[in-house]
Amino acid sequence: MNTKGATTSSAGGTDGASDSSSAAKRNSKKPKYSRFTQQELPACKPILTPGWVITTFIFVGVIFIPIGLASLFASERVVEIVYRYDEGCIPTNYSDQKLAYIQNSTTNKTCTRSLIVPKQMKRPVYVYYQLDNFYQNHRRYVKSRSDKQLRSRASESDTSTCDPEGTTPDNSPIVPCGLIAWSLFNDTYGFLVNNKTLKVSKRNIAWKSDQEHKFGSDVYPKNFQSGGLIGGAKLNASIPLSEQADLIVWMRTAAFPTFRKLYGKIEKDLEANENVTVVIQNNYNTYSFGGKKKLVLSTTSWIGGKNDFLGVAYLTVGGLCLFLAISFILVYVVKPRPLGDPSFLSWNRNPSGV
Amino acid sequence: MQNAIDPPSKRSKIERKMDKIVYILFSTLILISFVGSVFFGIETKKDISGGAYRRWYLRPDDTTVLYDPRRASLAAFLHFLTGLMLYGYLIPISLYVSIEIVKVLQSIFINQDQDMYHEETDRPAHAQTSNLNEELGQVVTVLSDKTGTLTCNSMEFVKCSIAGTAYGRGITEVERALAKRRGDGPPEDVDASSDLLGHNGDVASGKSVKGFNFRDERLMNGQWVNEPHADVIQKFFRVLAICHTAIPDVNINTGEITYEAESPDEAAFVIAARELGFEFFERTQTSIWLHELDHRSGKKVDRIYELLDVLEFSSSRKRMSVIVRNPENQLLLLCKGADSVMFERLSKDGRLFEAQTKEHIKTYAEAGLRTLVIAYCELGEEEYIVWKEEFTRAKTAVTGDRDVLVDEAADKIERDLILLGATAVEDKLQKGVPECIDKLAHAGIKLWVLTGDKMETAVNIGYACSLLRQGMKQIVITLDSPDIHALEKQGDKDAIAKASRESVTGQFREGKSQLSSANESSVESALIIDGESLDFALDKNLESSFLELANDCASVICYRSSPKQKARVTRLVKMGTGKTTLAIGDGANDVGMLQEADIGVGISGVEGMQAVMASDYAIAQFRFLERLLLVHGHWCYRRIAMMICYFFYKNIAFGFTLFWFEAYASFSGQAAYNDWYMSFYNVFFTSFPVIALGVFDQDVSARLCLKYPVLYQEGIQNKLFSWPRILGWMFNGVISSIIIFFITTNSIIPQSFRKDGQVVDFEVLGATMYTCVVWVVNCQMALSVNYFTWIQHFFIWGSIAFWYIFLIIYGSLSPTLSTTAYKVLVEACAPSSLYWLATLLVVISTLLPYFSYRAFQTRFRPMYHDIIQRKRAEGLETETSVELPPPRVNDKIQLLTRSLKRRDS
Repeated sequence: MNTKGATTSSAGGTDGASDSSSAAKRNSKKPKYSRFTQQELPACKPILTPGWVITTFIFVGVIFIPIGLASLFASERVVEIVYRYDEGCIPTNYSDQKLAYIQNSTTNKTCTRSLIVPKQMKRPVYVYYQLDNFYQNHRRYVKSRSDKQLRSRASESDTSTCDPEGTTPDNSPIVPCGLIAWSLFNDTYGFLVNNKTLKVSKRNIAWKSDQEHKFGSDVYPKNFQSGGLIGGAKLNASIPLSEQADLIVWMRTAAFPTFRKLYGKIEKDLEANENVTVVIQNNYNTYSFGGKKKLVLSTTSWIGGKNDFLGVAYLTVGGLCLFLAISFILVYVVKPRPLGDPSFLSWNRNPSGV
Repeated sequence: MQNAIDPPSKRSKIERKMDKIVYILFSTLILISFVGSVFFGIETKKDISGGAYRRWYLRPDDTTVLYDPRRASLAAFLHFLTGLMLYGYLIPISLYVSIEIVKVLQSIFINQDQDMYHEETDRPAHAQTSNLNEELGQVVTVLSDKTGTLTCNSMEFVKCSIAGTAYGRGITEVERALAKRRGDGPPEDVDASSDLLGHNGDVASGKSVKGFNFRDERLMNGQWVNEPHADVIQKFFRVLAICHTAIPDVNINTGEITYEAESPDEAAFVIAARELGFEFFERTQTSIWLHELDHRSGKKVDRIYELLDVLEFSSSRKRMSVIVRNPENQLLLLCKGADSVMFERLSKDGRLFEAQTKEHIKTYAEAGLRTLVIAYCELGEEEYIVWKEEFTRAKTAVTGDRDVLVDEAADKIERDLILLGATAVEDKLQKGVPECIDKLAHAGIKLWVLTGDKMETAVNIGYACSLLRQGMKQIVITLDSPDIHALEKQGDKDAIAKASRESVTGQFREGKSQLSSANESSVESALIIDGESLDFALDKNLESSFLELANDCASVICYRSSPKQKARVTRLVKMGTGKTTLAIGDGANDVGMLQEADIGVGISGVEGMQAVMASDYAIAQFRFLERLLLVHGHWCYRRIAMMICYFFYKNIAFGFTLFWFEAYASFSGQAAYNDWYMSFYNVFFTSFPVIALGVFDQDVSARLCLKYPVLYQEGIQNKLFSWPRILGWMFNGVISSIIIFFITTNSIIPQSFRKDGQVVDFEVLGATMYTCVVWVVNCQMALSVNYFTWIQHFFIWGSIAFWYIFLIIYGSLSPTLSTTAYKVLVEACAPSSLYWLATLLVVISTLLPYFSYRAFQTRFRPMYHDIIQRKRAEGLETETSVELPPPRVNDKIQLLTRSLKRRDS
């Protein structure tokens, strides 16, 4: 069937000499006709005519500006309190020796501050800690973990990727091993409103997939932070890893040296001008590398947290497109096409001189 | 075989340039790895200062050599090697593979092109190599053989001059061209018949015979007996029927006779004799049998000629003779040869028609015909016996100069001839040659014709195929001057060489001054040079001035040139201009030229397969060259150039996002993406659209390519693969990577990116950024493509869709396999509106610079294809093939209807 169709169409496609003696043609080396082999497939051939260019620019502008406004609006609606405490929580007598203060286990690390809620914050209010200049994306750091060990008890001794926090000096495996777990963030926050404690919930702060598939429910911390050098937080050895929400959050390494991580959720509205007292246990050492520590309280909107960049970028690009559309229109009006000249393609003109 | 050289391996200029780009990218790779390792070294060194550990969480006190602050320089060096691996995506290794695939598919398209299929010989075009497709789009000089390439190499007997009377009413193509040149309208009626018969062969009339296009009612159908010199005419055709070395081949069923002859000319003579009633039908060792029309009785009789001797043709003798005894027992020497040697051998009383014949020969040569003089003489028995003895001695001599002796002996008997007349044989131009040459000239391609013919023929063919045009200034360089001839007689070789060189040098100087004066009055010039002068012109000292002169001329014709010279001229043009040369030829003598040129095109004609075997592309007819170059060449050039530029673009755009990420990961060598994303980048997410571009893209359709040959200039001037363009694409890649990286990171970091308060981590950033890269490079492709068939749509949108499909499938595997991609799309990204909004923003902003540039450029700095595309878009050019047939066909149809009407009435 197919060949037959090809033959008949070939007769139409060429000079007509081929429609005779089709029997002889069958053995000929004549290329079979198809729109594919003759490179004549139906095609759309877009070219940038002024109309298309201007339409495109206007279209993009018209789409982008509303999106930008919507994002900006959503971002503005988010209420965010950012409080930097790494400097302020150092007692004045230690202000020259922050490192000594933080590394000394006997000093009092408690630090109480009060924050004013600028606008009403609808629940849930998310509590984040933000670290600066902390390279969780450093190659050595990222690789220093054992996913197998985290997942199942059977692979407890799989610590080959965890050096130097893989095993205790007597060669028994550390669970969870590796630098990431070892450097677990250990500042804690307590919140009081009108002298009543606000409950900080740790439910659902970790990804569900992590809890269910990456951290085993039968894996319990073992030999953790028992060596000479203590990194960060200690873990309750009686709670399985899948329930250790703070660890799971921390183990999802951040992309950038400045990052936030979920600390918990406050399931209560905070009213405007309310005074929130924060009790911070300032334990974590960011002083040696000059990293800042911030406490962030934030609501969310459909777009997430507060960040004007996206909205502004949308508005900028949309505005730029409209501007380009207008300038193209003007340019076309002011400078009519220079290429209507048919002699440009003329045969009579010496092509090498063009 | 004597001129054979080893087959060369050819690479296209674009590929050679591509290597340089790869070097540039390699340097970039080393540079950024170096920068990275320096910063890494500094950062690492700072980790331990004094006793304090700066980034304590990296445990700088207890580390491997890779991160050891105490040996920071070593760590930096090792990091440099890591960097080379990481940024290796800058080097598009898959480019070489993709190009090979694309080129093979392109050559399949060339092979499959119906418009390059020749019905009569049943030969499609054939690309012997796929290396040079894009080179076809950059040809500057075409060097062409004449016989068999421009012409059909099938001789047709068209005219003759017998006893001082010119017979034959056919008009040759050259004559037509000459008439056109003089401004007369072509003599239509005759034109029509010869044209139709010539081209359509047996179809048009039953009488037409291949190799015979002689029309004259005075001679045809036995009418010659009524002519005044009937006896001379009879002798004339007897010579044609007897004096040859052809072998008849009788078809038993039909009784038709065909001839196997050494040369097509000879076959034409025997056929002519047959058609006029002297049918040669059998040859034995000692005899030749003819059916002859007896002009007294008007009946056909068999006549047997006893063949005594054959004095063979050689290029130095320029003649051949046979000695026969006819049925009347007369001894006859029948001879045919070139006019230059024949006239001096005529006897005193044999010169009866000399003046008229010479006149006719001159006209024939001007009409582009090959002429031979026909003569005979009667031999006395004794004279023959004496000579025969000498001839036998010479033939059986065992000394080295046997050939000389034989020639001398032959020379003794071939004297005192009686002139009968002259023949004129036409080597027809192939169909469409003048139009094709015209097109090539308009595309800015220079044509050099290298032929072994003599000057008159070469020049006339030049006119016929519009290589030489009316009003062109002809600069002739030749050593055919009296001074040189005088020296040749003296035989002092050194003196000849010296005088020749001086003469050629002088002629060059003169030519140049002629040329400059011609240029002032904007007259095109043509250079015509003979083989002997060429020998000197190809000398080290003269070649540059020769090339300079030839380059300024619109056409160049080298006549009387040897195969070796053809190859040397080709090499000179190739080396001297540095531009792409294409040689086209059909015979074994063109092999050297085909191999020497950047591209060799073989005509698969009648002269065997040697040229085809040595060629890179084989086509059946010269006119297909037009389509091969202007359509396939242009497309392939464009496709490959675009493809390479795009390939570098996409790898740079991808590779640099990795680098920017490094800058935020203290250059530790951590890749921003999952390993599998990266491995599949060049395989699944970006490679198919670019291959589709390389195989299918066309800026304008084939018809418009042919209509506007000026489009070909894009290839000649290498506009699509110039350094500014290449660097522009690379720059576009860097800009894209910057936009992708910074917009993505700034819009999604550090705040929560979902309603449920989750923040972006390393995995989400990798997936988001990679999504943007895949979108951007594929949409960039969509913007660059000129020709959107379903294939392009399928590959471009399919690649993007495949990324999501891949992410879903890969992310649903167990976390051991999927690691950082585990459920990243389904669980983390897809529910986040920010993820989608960021993607849209990044894609549009990244494409915006290129889009604006293109919008500006097509408007204000349009390239040829932009203009043609616009014309098409504005409806000035219809894309459908519904169009008037070309004028030639039109004319033919008119003529046909007219002649039909005449027949009816």
